Amino acid sequence: MVEWTDFERDTIKDIFSKMEYEVVGPAALARCLVVYPWTQRYFGNFGNLYNAAAIMGNPMVSKHGTTILHGLDRAVKNMDDIKNTYAELSVLHSEKLHVDPDNFKLLSDCLTIVVAAQLGKEFTGEVQAAFQKFLAVVVSSLGRQYH
Amino acid sequence: MSLSDKDKAAVKLLWSKISKSSDAIGNDALSRMIVVYPQTKTYFAHWPDLSPGSPHVKAHGKTVMGGIALAVSKIDDLRAGLLDLSEQHAYKLRVDPANFKILSHCILVVISMMFPKEFTPEAHVSLDKFLSGVSLALSERYR
Repeated sequence: MVEWTDFERDTIKDIFSKMEYEVVGPAALARCLVVYPWTQRYFGNFGNLYNAAAIMGNPMVSKHGTTILHGLDRAVKNMDDIKNTYAELSVLHSEKLHVDPDNFKLLSDCLTIVVAAQLGKEFTGEVQAAFQKFLAVVVSSLGRQYH
Repeated sequence: MSLSDKDKAAVKLLWSKISKSSDAIGNDALSRMIVVYPQTKTYFAHWPDLSPGSPHVKAHGKTVMGGIALAVSKIDDLRAGLLDLSEQHAYKLRVDPANFKILSHCILVVISMMFPKEFTPEAHVSLDKFLSGVSLALSERYR
């Protein structure tokens, strides 16, 4: 079981309570598709992903970015059992979506960078450490049911 | 994943906008690396004060960014341009190359915080490729 300090719990709840899901989600997913273009392999039916401008303006990318970010809400609400919270989603990503789990880390790095831009100075080293620890636990849980 | 002309132009353009803040970037990136990745403290056990923004951390952040500035000027041949630094890291400092990735990530986070408008996804991909190239050049002489 993951041990969370009070600071970590408060930081995670604070970040997500102030989160603009429709801004951050799309920005993070679009950035991931631009910075790590091989991740586009999972979005063959998303239409125009030919260049950065197309990706940033793509409505399917936007919608999916928001969906993914809301998917993190479950972990925020169940920080003491993220492993089981994501068991089903892990199976989905493995059996149905066939996503290489290394991609989860790429997206979480982009999400960190987008949240850093949003929070500016507030994104101190301690806040970054808490946020990255949270994302690492989510990433680990999502990869757990792969076999 | 070598640097295209577009990447080089993007890196030089971004650098022209952020270089005057390079000391601050170096200080913040190194300070937060030590906090976010405590295992990196093992390389600085000889410093009396590892707290964010302490004199040693500040000075070293400046040194690291000096290396980045050099790399920008040698962007057409990072391997040759950074050979001396690679020798230093290989034989004297012996920093495990995994840490180059860690520090690169922290540099990207700080630039994102300080220059959110300039650090577009296009600038991000080119800078990420550049820092990967720098890391590779630095590990050139390791074995």
